[in-house]
Amino acid sequence: MFKKILIVAFVTMLGAGITGIKSSPVQAAGDVAHPASQEWTTDGLFGFFDRKQLKRGWQVYSEICASCHSVRLLFYRNLQEMGLAAEEVKKIAAEAEVAAGPNEDGETHNDGELIVRPGKAFDKIVSPYPNDLAARAANAGALPPDLSLMTKARVNGANYLHALLTGYKDAPSGFKMSEDMNYNPYFPGSQIAMGEPLSDEGVEYADGTKATVDQMAKDVTAFLIWAAEPELEDRKRMGVKVMLFLIIFTALLYAVKRQVWAKLH
Amino acid sequence: MSTPTWKNPIVQWVDHRLPIVTFLDHAIVKYPTPRNLNYWWNFGSLAGVILVVMIGTGIMLAMNYVPHTSMAFDSVERIMRDINYGWLIRYLHVNGGSMFFICVYIHIFRGMYYGSYKEPRELLWIIGIFIFLAMMATAFLGYVLPWGQMSFWGATVITNLFSVVPFFGEAIVQWLWGGFSVDNPTLNKFFSFHYLLPFIIFALVFIHLWALHTHKSSNPLGIEVQGDEDEIPFHPYYTAKDAYGFGVFLIVFLGFTFFAPNFFGEPDNYIEANPLVTPTHIVPEWYFLPFYAILRAVPDNFVDIWGILPVIIPAKTAGVIAMFASILVLLVLPWLDTSKVRSAKFRPTYFWLFWLFFIDTIILGYIGAKPAEGTFLLIGRLATAYYFLHLVIFMPLVGKYEKTKPLPDSISAAVTAGGSDAKEGS
Ligand code: HEC
Ligand code: HEM
Repeated sequence: MFKKILIVAFVTMLGAGITGIKSSPVQAAGDVAHPASQEWTTDGLFGFFDRKQLKRGWQVYSEICASCHSVRLLFYRNLQEMGLAAEEVKKIAAEAEVAAGPNEDGETHNDGELIVRPGKAFDKIVSPYPNDLAARAANAGALPPDLSLMTKARVNGANYLHALLTGYKDAPSGFKMSEDMNYNPYFPGSQIAMGEPLSDEGVEYADGTKATVDQMAKDVTAFLIWAAEPELEDRKRMGVKVMLFLIIFTALLYAVKRQVWAKLH
Repeated sequence: MSTPTWKNPIVQWVDHRLPIVTFLDHAIVKYPTPRNLNYWWNFGSLAGVILVVMIGTGIMLAMNYVPHTSMAFDSVERIMRDINYGWLIRYLHVNGGSMFFICVYIHIFRGMYYGSYKEPRELLWIIGIFIFLAMMATAFLGYVLPWGQMSFWGATVITNLFSVVPFFGEAIVQWLWGGFSVDNPTLNKFFSFHYLLPFIIFALVFIHLWALHTHKSSNPLGIEVQGDEDEIPFHPYYTAKDAYGFGVFLIVFLGFTFFAPNFFGEPDNYIEANPLVTPTHIVPEWYFLPFYAILRAVPDNFVDIWGILPVIIPAKTAGVIAMFASILVLLVLPWLDTSKVRSAKFRPTYFWLFWLFFIDTIILGYIGAKPAEGTFLLIGRLATAYYFLHLVIFMPLVGKYEKTKPLPDSISAAVTAGGSDAKEGS
């Protein structure tokens, strides 16, 4: 009786499953290239920021990416926490123009022009476009996403970013490219609206590091890891101390427990 | 238990008017507990500790969180970046949520393995299920608050489920939304409920403990306590054991918090909500995955297959019913399980069925994370069917037909005679 029920149940289950399978189209898994793993100083229990690299990364971002991408969650003052000197930060901020707000006559615009003032350390890093529509208009309809959380907002973020930036190739023959698109096997769908942003010697590093595409991709990614998780270094340092404490503390608690229970037997 | 007399005059004064010290003495000091509880019995108190952690960190987050669609995402990032130790508070809250579910899932499976839900602990179990439901609601509401892509689209999918309620469906959904789509009123409402529910859980936990303390803990042997020799006072034995368990738990919990804080998260939720862009895969948090798999397992042509049904149920409705049923059926588990023997230790057939059921839920969880198509869908359907088959068909039948092993005479006889069970309690 038990067996019969089992068999009947199993057959109905199979029936249900198979009729279902016929009606659902089997979608080909999107074949996206798998990003190779790079070494990041931020990896592991003792991960830290390489300040020199962050400075180089900021240089790549500000000289190349910043013409299209914002990092809208960052303030200029954050760059000082990143490792730039206060004077440098002041200078960088002052190069930007921020809305000065209403003047004493209550005007925000003068002859249709926004009234601006030089940026200060407490300002947010100014975005290249005033809004998404302007950004799309300037990029053939595509939206360059904000980069402040990029390494957290993609699976395997850092490696993906590096692979994406170094992964531009000619499209394989037979691959149908849409207009204004670039072939990149790491991007879902393999076509990306962003043209290859990096080329050798695209920037000139002050510290003499050779600006290869690979180097710049690593540096700008390191910068973006910092931008996404500025607390990372503090977090891991604190974590190591907390773990050391907890391991000793728990060992003690275990000893206490053994001691207490020893009386029982 | 006699009422103790307190030496400290202040304690005495208070206790005479409000016997709180006596109460605590009964509840967590002298409280008689079976001497053989193993480490699976740690997870109840761990869940209680996390509940407190969640409420504490949650209140601190709420001080800086802004429940408005145009500011919620940024306010969370402000907490992460500009509030002192805001990242710690938020990561504790986020990972605490996952830890809470891990502990409660272990706690529930412990109950199933050792038959803890059986007479006279049925209500204790049922209150537990209500706690579980309230936890799921709280977690879902909380996930919406940071207003990322998964927040928005998860909220859209889940609130839409209520549209299948007959007659009132539309009205309920519009009330949840506070409008005609997930939007600012929804976010406000969800924040309010997310703040409220943990306190309801807190109250439920007290009722849970009240029921627990009425008949006391069961134990790995599943036989009743017969005398003083079977019991030990909660303090210092289980306070010490729980404290040690708490230490191990903290290592795991804080390990994730400090070194892999986004391990349980979905990268898409670091993209601000955008009603115009649907993510390629909408996946809920990991702890909902088995139920999500059940929701999507019901075929479109469910009605054709089960043509015998007197009423026509659309596939979506059937899916929602299956999902809710998969949780609600647990409410009657004490009666579905017909075995007189509690512990799987003495139930050779149930032992295997338990582990099959456990594996089945793991498979469901795996399937819940995959797109509902092809082989995944098939496996999801089989696993869903097995889930119900186990609870509704196997549980009653096994209880009737299984030949159980002989039970020991008493807990102390089993654990102190140097028998093979002696290790249980240590
Ligand atoms: C000329 C403008 C332009 C420049 C310069 C540029 N990008 Fe982009 N970027 C875009 C556009 C447009 C997109 C959107 C692509 C799409 O959706 O197909 C994009 C997309 C991206 C993405 C998102 C990919 C994804 O997974 O969605 C990343 C990351 C990125 N860019 C990084 C960079 C970095 C780093 C730099 C500097 C080295 C840079 N970009 C320079 C225009 C630019
Ligand atoms: C907020 C969540 C919960 C908290 C804080 C909590 C707390 C506790 C505590 C402290 C105990 C005693 C220690 C133990 O036996 O582990 C306990 C026992 C128990 N809980 Fe829970 N619980 C929670 C959720 C649940 C859920 C969701 C269920 C089941 C559906 C459940 C079912 C039980 C049962 C059956 C017992 C008695 C176990 C036995 O004595 O064998 N609990 N709970």
